[in-house]
Amino acid sequence: MPDTEHTRLSRRAWLAASGTAASGLVMTRWDALKAEPPLAPMPVPPPQAAPSAADPTRVPGRFVSELGTRAPGEQPRRLLRTLALSSSSRTPLQDLQGTITPSDLHFERHHAGVPDIVAEEHEVLVHGMVERPMVFRMADLRRYPQTSRICFIECSGNGGGAYNRSRMPTAISPQQLDGLLSTSEWTGVMLSTILREVGVRPGASWILAEGRDAAVMSRSVPLDKAMDDSMLAYGQNGEAIRPEQGYPVRLLLPGWEGNAQVKWLRRIEVSDRPTMTRDETSRYTDPLKDGTSRIFSFVMDAKSLITFPSYPYVLPERGWWEIEGLAWTGRGRITRVEVSTDGGRSWSDAVLQPPVLSKSTVRFRHLWNWDGRETVILSRATDETGYVQPTVQQLWDARGEGTAYHHNHQRAWKVASDGVVTFGLGDLL
Amino acid sequence: MTPGGGVSRWAGAATALLLAACAPEEPSPGAVVDGTPPGQVMADDGGDWHAALPGHAPGRFGFGTPATEDRVALWDIDVKPDGEGLPPGSGSVAEGQAVYELHCLQCHGPTGTEGPNDRLVSPGPWEQWPTGRTVGGYWPYATTLYDYTRKAMPQTTPGILSDDDVYAVVAYVLHLGGLVPADAVMDAASLAAVEMPYRDRFVPDNRTGGPEIR
Repeated sequence: MPDTEHTRLSRRAWLAASGTAASGLVMTRWDALKAEPPLAPMPVPPPQAAPSAADPTRVPGRFVSELGTRAPGEQPRRLLRTLALSSSSRTPLQDLQGTITPSDLHFERHHAGVPDIVAEEHEVLVHGMVERPMVFRMADLRRYPQTSRICFIECSGNGGGAYNRSRMPTAISPQQLDGLLSTSEWTGVMLSTILREVGVRPGASWILAEGRDAAVMSRSVPLDKAMDDSMLAYGQNGEAIRPEQGYPVRLLLPGWEGNAQVKWLRRIEVSDRPTMTRDETSRYTDPLKDGTSRIFSFVMDAKSLITFPSYPYVLPERGWWEIEGLAWTGRGRITRVEVSTDGGRSWSDAVLQPPVLSKSTVRFRHLWNWDGRETVILSRATDETGYVQPTVQQLWDARGEGTAYHHNHQRAWKVASDGVVTFGLGDLL
Repeated sequence: MTPGGGVSRWAGAATALLLAACAPEEPSPGAVVDGTPPGQVMADDGGDWHAALPGHAPGRFGFGTPATEDRVALWDIDVKPDGEGLPPGSGSVAEGQAVYELHCLQCHGPTGTEGPNDRLVSPGPWEQWPTGRTVGGYWPYATTLYDYTRKAMPQTTPGILSDDDVYAVVAYVLHLGGLVPADAVMDAASLAAVEMPYRDRFVPDNRTGGPEIR
């Protein structure tokens, strides 16, 4: 494990797991669940046989509960990177199944922490080049016709840990490398519905979206996108959006870089030009090798990542294994994912597991009979525009090595003869 | 695109729905056309999401409250690159040094180069300071410095600086970067007139999908 984050378990959960007869504590499971809340994370005991000696068919189970919890042995965790108030946490991609990210494991990226906002007091101001400047309370927004859509959100800085030629890692997990990616079912009102309500004036071409956090995160977005598939999202995976994802309402821009999807949204200004905020000039721009810098590079290009097998997993034996992973593109649908098990010399089509949704992650699978010899496995995605996920060399050739965002190059894993899996891009250079 | 394009496209979608509803060859209820039961299932291809409104939706719903001018002025704090939105007031480089030493030095260092947080000053353009993205070595617009500082700085006490303080500290940081002289005074007019040396090196995104890697 990359650090202790995976192995943390709250004291309460640990008690629930061990507080039965096997531990010697005179404590029922119900007692354990009522125990004091955790004071500090405790390490998980090493894997062992089932903690209870009792045959579950001979012991009545737990009562119903108001709020479900994960099994004690299943405790995926976000991986924290804390730099004062500007911080991030990463989704444990290697621990997840299917495509939906549990809401409490959705990645985070905040520039000045998570604000505490009471939904009943929250308002969204829409003004600027509009016929009718309006203030919407959450009850107003919820009354408009709503829609739900499954799509990914990815920070455009995701994967930067494997772009620097001189610092190419080997001991890095999917979570560490690409964990700034999550997928949810988002619910809200289409931004086009709200813009129709206020009446966009002729000549307008941009909006400014502004957040209610201590960074007052601000991004300019072309009106074209705002009128297309953008949403003011207040729901996430069947419930209210989480505070870390923008409660009570965020801007959702399917397929575009996460930073522009302003959380804790409080203001939209319709304008005829971009505002040129700090996070669309000093940040989230892409210096290129010719001395220019790409600005407003919103769309996340096609990308795929094998999540199994991956570091730090060790394949215990040769034979049949199912390689699986995620693929996604901000330009529509993934149409193909190919997998190579011989370092890129030959490629096979992986199976795309339905549903294959536009601007969402899709899970791919490829059955592999490992012969026990050292090799490198990798994947590459193709999207509906015909774009094929490039190699890192192709990105270096096109952009140089100074860009800090949009690192969607192919990922590879080296499988050693002893089954040890490491990030294997170095072998392809 | 023009807003007219957006509105007309939306109107087009609404019209299409209306026409579909009135068409004589309207399929019987429950029939499936192109795999889509009419009026029941939305397209999921991302191309027609604004058609979420049915054809009989009103032109306006009327939910929400009209925003007064005072209300808009209270929140409309952003600054555009031509200076629109800059408030009245002013601040000098000398005044800015005092503001900087009190509120900024701890995170950005005595000369804007020492950190521990973002480096503000570099002696050359970004390719010489690739981790810097400093104000003078990268930022395309001086107005951004006002917009960002007023909204988000100092990081632990955002909003503490007066408009004059922000003008002053912006003047000081621009001076540290060699962009304005030591006797400069920043106000709405002078700040918008500051020319940033690398503005013209920013180019639009030319990635469009398709086979080419850019």
